[in-house]
Amino acid sequence: MATTMRVDIVSAEGAIHSGPATMVYATAQLGEVGIAPRHTAFISRLKPGDVRVENEHGEQEHFYVSGGMLEVQPSVVTVLADTAIRARDLDEAAAMEAKRRAEDTLAGQVAKFEYAKAQVELAEAIAQLRAIEKLRKMKGR
Amino acid sequence: MVAASKMRKAQDRMSSSRPYAEKMLQVISHLAHATPEYRHSFMSAQRPHKTVGYIVVSSDRGLCGGLNSNLFRRLAAEVKAHQTAGVDVAFCAIGNKALGFFKRFGGQVLGQATHLGDQPHIEDLIGTVKVMLDAYESKQIDAIYVISNSFVNTMTQRPLIRQLVPISGEAQDPLPSHWDYIYEPDARTVLDALLTRYIESLVYQAVVENSACEQAARMVAMKSASDNAGNLIGELQLVYNKARQAAITQEISEIVSGAAAV
Repeated sequence: MATTMRVDIVSAEGAIHSGPATMVYATAQLGEVGIAPRHTAFISRLKPGDVRVENEHGEQEHFYVSGGMLEVQPSVVTVLADTAIRARDLDEAAAMEAKRRAEDTLAGQVAKFEYAKAQVELAEAIAQLRAIEKLRKMKGR
Repeated sequence: MVAASKMRKAQDRMSSSRPYAEKMLQVISHLAHATPEYRHSFMSAQRPHKTVGYIVVSSDRGLCGGLNSNLFRRLAAEVKAHQTAGVDVAFCAIGNKALGFFKRFGGQVLGQATHLGDQPHIEDLIGTVKVMLDAYESKQIDAIYVISNSFVNTMTQRPLIRQLVPISGEAQDPLPSHWDYIYEPDARTVLDALLTRYIESLVYQAVVENSACEQAARMVAMKSASDNAGNLIGELQLVYNKARQAAITQEISEIVSGAAAV
C-alpha cells in the first residue's frame, strides 16, 4: 500500500474536501508545488488556481481556490481556501464602500433604498386605496 | 416551520465554519512560537484603552422576540461603563437593526454591512472588518470587541462580548519539540495574511451564529404569538359556528315552507 497523507481543504464557509491522498499539487506564491507524503513542514500563500489531489487509485480531483494558505506537515496537508477573490486594492475598495455606506445612512442622505420604510409606506398606500374603492362602491349603490 | 428549517441550516453553517478557524488558530499559535522576534500588532499586549471598537452583529429583520433588544441593552450597559471610565467608543454595525439602533441613538459608526440574508458570505464582511482593523492599526481604537448572540439552545440565546483584537493570549506553553515551517515567501507575510483571515473568520462565525439565534428566536416568538392568539381563535370559532348554524336553519326553513306552499 502506498503511503498516504490526509488532505483537508477547508474554507471559512465550510469543509470542501477531506480524505487520503498520495500527492497534492497547488499553485503557491512562488510557483507550482507538488507535495508528497512525509514532506517537511511547509507553509505558503496560494495564488488563485487549481488544487489537484491524487488519491491512492491514481485518480485526480480538482478544486479551484481563489487564493488562501497551504500548510504542510509530514502526514497532513491543509488548504485554507479563500472563498472570495482577495487582493489588496479589492479589500481596500470593500472597506471604503462599507465606510461610505455607513456615512451615507447616518448623514441622512439615503442613497440606498430603505426596504423597511418603503414597505410600511406601501402597505399604508394599499390600505388607503382599498378604503377609497369601498367608499366608491357604497356611493355607487 | 420556516424558521425551524432555516435554523437547522444556520446551525449546520455554524458547525461547518468551525474547522477553518480552529485550523488557523493552530497554525497561528505555532507561528507565534516559531517567530518570537516578530510580534504582529494584532498580537501585541493590551494597550491602555482610549477608544474601543465594537462590531455589533444584529439581525436584518424584526419579529424575533427580544433578541436584538437584549443585545442592545447589553451593549448600552457596556458603553455606559466605558464612558464613565472616560473611554470613547466606536461602532461597526452588521445587520439592519444595529444600524437603525445607531441612527436613533447616535454613536460613531465606522462601517456597516446590511442585507446579508440567510446565507451570509464572507465577502460581505471583508470591508467592514477591514475598516475596524485599519482603525486599530492607525491607533484610532485600542481594542476591538465583537458583540453578538450566542446560541445556547433553541429557547435561550445570550448576548456575548468577545475580544477580537488584540488576540487574547492563549496558553503560551513552549512547544514540546522544535520544528519549524519552510516559509514561502517569509514568516511575516504569511502571519499577516493568516491573522486577517482569522479575524474575519471569527466575525463570520459570530454572524452565522447570530443568524441561527435569529431563526430560533423567531420560531419561539411566532409560537408564543399563535398561543396567545389561541383565545381569540376559540371565541371566533364560536361566532363562526353560530353563524353557520343560523344559515343552515334558515335554508331548511325556506325549503320546508317552499314545499308546504306546493
